[in-house]
Parts: sequence; structure tokens; C-alpha cells
Amino acid sequence: RSRSHPGARALTGSVSDPAGGAPGSSRVFVVRRDQDIYIQTLRKLFNESHGIFMGLQRSEEELAGKSRKAQLVQVSKNYRSVIRACMEDMHQAAVSTRDPALQGQYSTQVSILSAMELIWNLCEILFVEAAAAGPLLLRLLDWVRLHVCDVDSMVREVLSSESPSKHKLFWNVVDVFVLQGRMDEARHLLSKEATANPTSMNMYKILDDLMKKMPMPSLGNTQTLTELELKWQHWHEECQRFLQDGTFASNPHMESICKILLGDEDAILEKKELMTTWYHFLVTRLLYSHPTVKPMELRFYAQSSMDLFLGGESSPEPLDMILMAAFEFEMHQVIKECSIVLSNWWFVAHLTDLLDHCKLLQSHNLYFGSNMREFLLLEYASGLFSHHSLWQLGVDYFDHCPEYGRVYLELHIERIPLNTEQKALKVLRICEQRQMHEQVRSVCKIMAMKALRNNRLGSALSWSIRAKDAAFATLISDRFLKDYCERGCFSDLDLIDNLGPSMLLSDRLTFLGKYREFHRLYGEKRFAEAARLLLTLMTAHIAPCSFWMTLLTDALPLLEQKEIIFSAEQTYELMRCLEDLTAGNVDKQKFQEDDVETTKVEMLRLALARNLARVIVKEGTVEGS
Amino acid sequence: QDNRISLWSAGDLGNAGLNGEYHGEPHLLCDIQHNGDVMDMQFLDQERIVVASSTGTVTIFRHHQNNQTLSASHRWEKAHHHVDQDTSCGGAACTGVVCNNPEIVTVGEDGRINLFRADQKDSVRTIDNADSSTLHAVTFLRTTEILTVNSIGQLKIWDLRQQRNEPSQIFSLAGDRVPLHCVDRHPNQQHIVATGGQDGMLSIWDIRQGTMPVSLLNAHEAEMWEVHFHPSNPDHLFTCSEDGSLWHWDASTNVSEKPSFLHQGGRSTTYLSHSTINQSVVSAWLSNDPTKDRMEITNLIPNQTLSVNSLDVLGSCLVYGTDSEAIYVNRQLFA
Repeated sequence: RSRSHPGARALTGSVSDPAGGAPGSSRVFVVRRDQDIYIQTLRKLFNESHGIFMGLQRSEEELAGKSRKAQLVQVSKNYRSVIRACMEDMHQAAVSTRDPALQGQYSTQVSILSAMELIWNLCEILFVEAAAAGPLLLRLLDWVRLHVCDVDSMVREVLSSESPSKHKLFWNVVDVFVLQGRMDEARHLLSKEATANPTSMNMYKILDDLMKKMPMPSLGNTQTLTELELKWQHWHEECQRFLQDGTFASNPHMESICKILLGDEDAILEKKELMTTWYHFLVTRLLYSHPTVKPMELRFYAQSSMDLFLGGESSPEPLDMILMAAFEFEMHQVIKECSIVLSNWWFVAHLTDLLDHCKLLQSHNLYFGSNMREFLLLEYASGLFSHHSLWQLGVDYFDHCPEYGRVYLELHIERIPLNTEQKALKVLRICEQRQMHEQVRSVCKIMAMKALRNNRLGSALSWSIRAKDAAFATLISDRFLKDYCERGCFSDLDLIDNLGPSMLLSDRLTFLGKYREFHRLYGEKRFAEAARLLLTLMTAHIAPCSFWMTLLTDALPLLEQKEIIFSAEQTYELMRCLEDLTAGNVDKQKFQEDDVETTKVEMLRLALARNLARVIVKEGTVEGS
Repeated sequence: QDNRISLWSAGDLGNAGLNGEYHGEPHLLCDIQHNGDVMDMQFLDQERIVVASSTGTVTIFRHHQNNQTLSASHRWEKAHHHVDQDTSCGGAACTGVVCNNPEIVTVGEDGRINLFRADQKDSVRTIDNADSSTLHAVTFLRTTEILTVNSIGQLKIWDLRQQRNEPSQIFSLAGDRVPLHCVDRHPNQQHIVATGGQDGMLSIWDIRQGTMPVSLLNAHEAEMWEVHFHPSNPDHLFTCSEDGSLWHWDASTNVSEKPSFLHQGGRSTTYLSHSTINQSVVSAWLSNDPTKDRMEITNLIPNQTLSVNSLDVLGSCLVYGTDSEAIYVNRQLFA
């Protein structure tokens, strides 16, 4: 048994002990709705990424090779810029709010978004762009520079001081530049030191030269890997020589820089605080010892880097494990770990979809049949549907889940609360575009029923027309007719008089329209036409049997007119109708006991007989003479 | 639900560069919480905005320019509701509002028409059950007459001077009674009316003659939510739809040798030129064969995804909002 209510969902049930024996105690599971979709600033993330997602699904599949890859990389960059924009907004919100709880929440969100961007960026480099040896290092350097920002304030402080070389953190900043491979900036700072300290001019010149000459991979095709390796080997040896000659012995800072250039792990590890993370350490190591590292070799360096950096003092955090999985090219592991750690499906759903478009995910089916990409998209979209307005995004996601998307959509879309007509119209449009006829009928029935209860008969009819629901149209017509019988006049004439072709939707509706027409003709004193119409209503069985008495009673004034309206033929028809009616009812006790009814019948019979008499005479008379 | 009324500044005109490009994105000036969905809104005057809510309430918000805040200055609760609260099923949304300071007319899902005055607590006039179906939109035809459209495809004229609760005229589409969602009147020629329907069809009516539209133009693939004549260049019409597109209808190429209205600003210039033109220009919208007369129709949205719910146009500036929770401002409409 389960019960749900808007705030939280609680599930109860009795769980029996699987080990056998007596049934276990009942447990209450409190299932909480996804809170993230209600955070205001994240809405931008959901909306913008929806646009990018749709663009990706619709993009040209025919593009092959490089242009396709470039396109996919652009999509990845777009996703990342949305994450960053969100981070910025969230940061602004955190700074400007007074509520400490809210501030805490925003700050947490900022760090989560930052971690997401970090992971995504790495995945982009390794999987989407699939950077090859050479450019791979450059990309990783960019990645580190972008994401390790703890040192930014220190850098700014030193750079903006009057004489940077005198600043106590001067050498730290130089080290930061060197560790991040920002040679030009390092050299620039060092030159300031050299001018301030002429004694070390010689040392400086050598170091500067070494840094200038350092071979780096290039993005273009200007050199092959072999060329780079050769150059690098030469340069490495040169550095080695200078170090061993004791050139830098008098200046420990410069010496340590030279050691770093040589890729000395201990020297690099000494600067742990400036690197702050093991992956920074990894990239620095690679820069100075294996700049031509191949993607598949990364895993070894990554593992050892993490071990060296953490050194047994602290254990890896979830983020570290995810990054490690990425370095090991274990895509599925990355996705799995992210799914566990993150509180909603946004990240894994979009990343997996992108990787799927890169044709990187083998479609190993999950145990219930759909593949990983579809599973994640379904989960994400389902989460969206619990939101009062983000559900619209969810529709498009379901559309792109070939196996179960439609079923999920059918189930979810019926449960959207329809609190305004406009919302109902949007839901209907979505259903109609996907030929979901059941859902169309269902929504229209709900809206029509609501309208009927509120006595909005025109609205109710409008909904039944949209669903082509003849049964409901009949219901509405009966309501009108009932109103007429009770009050003696029609309500909502603007509707009945203007039914148009929709009149044909149901027989009852047609009757209603025609009956109203009869009244109009009568009002306009077009008696002959009115009479003909009245008769047709009965003889053509447009009128329901229950209404015949009323129709015949309506015929009375026509029969009583001074001029003869009904012909003999017509009168016979009327009489036949009357007899049919009374014959059918002869068993009914009510009919016999009801004096009013019997009187009516009597009056009708009399009027019909009189009319017949007059018309026979009239028709028998020869005109003229 | 956290719905808000927000006031944005769309960029300073003074920042326009050499080629007229504007710099700076729209930025939020102030906002205020709103109860229920915002179904429609309109400026009453420089400082006040009238807002129609899905709860059936109509609110006037005042913008205080000195400290950049919004406050609710007047509220008509339950302006729209279903009669007989006991058996009624849910509330009735107020679907449309139109202002002609100080008068405010609202219509809603309850088929009711309300006439309010900005300074009066109660409604000046209420026509209950004016329509048996939902009224989707309202606009002024003349100062004392309004036009309404409903969900059984009827366009009605109401004369507010008359006390009887009947429309003075009813127009309807031939064929299926497709619901009409929006209506707008030509700024200068009051007999020309445009409506948009649930099937995305644009209908142009001449209310001086007949009860059926003059032209039916197959436009969008889904509900047309809003239609607007450009207030100073009425040969231009704009429509937006659930299908995610926003169309610019340019009937100005219909007629030869007509002076260009476009590159001058200023309402007065356009109005003067209008009155000196002969009759053939004036009936640009009423010509029966738009295809022959080369009406230019452009979709202003390159990558459409979700519905464009609302638009407004003034001068060379176009604003529209989508279901992707984004507002777009185009300040170079006729460039």
C-alpha cells in the first residue's frame, strides 16, 4: 500500500525476512522528490542544456571525420559554458544573499557545478576530442590552468604590487607559473628579479634561455612526435648539465626551478601547496618528464601521481576516483561514479548522450532492456516531469529515447495537473503531434467534465469537438435539452445558433441544432418550413424518442393556427407518430395515471383530427371557379 | 510555485554604436512575487501595469522609479470565478486584459467580461455569462466598444454603453468552429481586425461587412498565441505560436509607389503620410490574394524549439518570450 502527497512521498509495506522465519517489521521509506529542479538558478542550466541537446540530436549525422568531431567538441564546449554561466549566477546569489543557510546551499552548488565542469572538461579532452599525444598535453595544461584557481589571488597580489620581486610570495608565483607551464609569464617575472638583483644576472640569463628553448608540443602539424622527442631529449640533457655544474647552486629558488624543469619528482612534490591537487601534479610531471605522453599511457602516470601526492595521508575522494576512472578511459565507470555522487541525473544524462553520439559507448544492454544512454535520459526526463513547468523539456528528451520514451511520455503526460486551459492546450498539442490519441481523449474528457460541472457548456462542447468525442457531445446536448425542458427556453443561444459543421459530431447535437432552428423559424413566422422541419425531426429519427412528446406538443400551436399548415400527408405522419408513442407506453403505469399526459394526448388527437378535417376539405376543393 | 512580475531595462538608446547596434543586454530592474500564472499583462500608464492571473485575480502593480521597486497597488480578487463555489470545479483563470487608462477590461475562462476603473474598488460593470465558452482575448475596438474571441471560434463586438448583456455583433469562421486565441485591431483603420486560431490560422476581418473573415492565411502549425499589428507601421503584423515560430508579415510590398514608412521614426510622420495616400494603399490587408501581391513572411527565429508564448512590438524593437524561460529583445527590427 502506498500513499503520496505533494511534499514528500512515503512508501509503506511489510518486508519479510529473506532468511525465512517470521515476517519482518513494517518499514516506512521516505522518498524525497528531486530538490534540485526547484533551485531557481539551476533552471537556466536545464533550459539552455535542453536547447543544446536538441541541437545535437538534430545535427548532421552525415558529416564524417574531422568536421563531425569538431561539431561534437563545440557541443561539449557549449554545455560547459552553460555550466560556467550557472556557476557565475549561483556565485552571485551566494554573495548577495543574507540568509546563511541559503548562502551555504548556494556555495555547495557552486562547488558541485565546478566539479561537474572539471570532469566534463577532462572527458571532452580524452573522449570527445580524443586528443592525441602532443596536443593531449597542451589540452591538459589548459585544463589545469582553468581549474586550479586557489592560487589566483596570490598571483594577482604579487603582480599588482609595486616591486613584485621584493614581495614575499614572489618565488611562489614564479613556481606556480613554472608548474603550470606558463613559461612566458615566469620569464617575465624573473626578468624583474634580475634587474633588481644584478649579481644573479648570469644565472638568470641561463635559466631564462633554458625556459625559452623548452620544446613544447604544438597544435598544428609543424613537427612530428619523433622530432619533438629528439629536441626535448637534447634540451633535457642541457638542463642536466647546467644543474650538475652547480650553475644555480647559490640561488636555491632557481635551482629548484631547474630541478622542476628536469622533472625531478621530489622537487615538484615540494611545491604541493602550490599545486593543491594530484592531477595538477600529474600534468606537471608529464610536462617535464613525458611531454609526448600517449592517451593510453595516462593511466599509469595518473595512478602513481595520486599515490605520490596523497602519500598515504589522505584517501581519495569521490571526485578523485571519477577523474582517475577518466584517465583510465573507463567511461562506464565515470558515469557510474557520477550517478552515485551527484544528486540529480542532469550531468550523467547529457554527458552519456554526447559520448553516445561520439559512438564511444558500446551498447551493452542493462538488465531491463534499454541501453545506458536511454536509461539515464529516461530518469532525467522523469525527474523533470515532477516540476510544474520544466516538464515541457522532458517531452523532448522522451522523444529521443527510441525504446521506452513513448511509453514513459504517455504515462507522464496524463498526470500533469491541468490548472489552466492554456496548459491543457499545450499538453494536447504535444499528444496530437505524437498521435497519442488515448491521451488526447483523456485530457479532453477531463477538461470537458470540468467545464460541464462549472456550467460552461460552450467550453465543454469545444473540448469534445477537439477530441471528436461524440459521446460527450451527446451528453452536453442532453444537458441543453434538459435545461430547455425545465426552463422553457434555451440557454447559451450564442452557442446553439452557431454550431456550424460541428453539429454533425453527434446525433443529439444535430437534433439540438435543428430543434433550435425550428424555434427560430417559428419565431420568424415561417410556419410551413417550421412544420416541415418538425416532422422531419421525428420521421427521420433525429429526435430521441424521449423528446417526441415535447415535439408533438410544439406542433399544437401550428395545428391551431387559422391557416392550414400541415398537409394531409403530414397530418397522417403526425398521427402515426403519436400512436407510436402512446402504443409504446401503454404498459407504463405512470403514463396512465398522469392526467396531464393523458390530457395532452387527448388534445393532440383532437387537434390532429380537426386539422385533418380541414385539410381534406381544402385539398379536395378545386381551386378557382 | 514562484511566479514573478519582472521589470527589465532593454538597454540604453544612448549606447547605440555607429551602425545603430545597441550594446548591453537587458538587465533586471526589479521584480515582485505573483500569485498564480501570469496570463496576460499590459501597461496602464507609465508607472502602472495590470496583470491577469490564473487564479482569476486582476492586479495593478506600480513601478516606483525612484527606488526601482514594484508594489501591488490594487487587486480585484476573484474577478473571474465560477458561479456556485460549492459545486464548481477549480478556479477560472483571467485570460485577457486590455487597458485604456483609466478603464480596464478583463475576460476569463468563466465567460465573464469585467469593466474596471483604475481608481475604483469594485467593478464598474460585469457581464456574467457573456459567453458560454472561454473568452481568450479582448481588445478595444473604439473607446466604448470591445472585441472578444472565444473557444468556439466567434469574434464578438460588445458595446459598453448599452446596458443589455448581449454582443452587438457576432462573427464566426465558416467551417469548423476552431477556437480563436488572440485578436488585434489595425491601429489606424478600425474596421480591420486580425485573429489567430488554434490551428495556427491567421484571419483578417473587415467588420464593416459580412460575418466571415476576408482572408484566411495558413500560418503556424499549432496554436497562434498572439497577434499584433505594428503600432506605427501597421503594414507589418507579427504572430507567435506554440510551434516555436514568430512570423513577421510584411504587407508593405503589396502596393507600388508608396513612400517608405520604415526609415523614419516618429509616429506623427507615419500618420501624416498615411492620410495623403489614396485608397489602394490603405487596404493592403484586405486584398484578397496575398500570394499574388507578394506579402513577405519571415520567421524571425532561427532555431525554434519550444513555444513562443507572447510578443510585443514598438518602434524598431521586438520583444518575445518562450517556454524555454528566455526573453529575446530585437532592437533592429527593420534593419
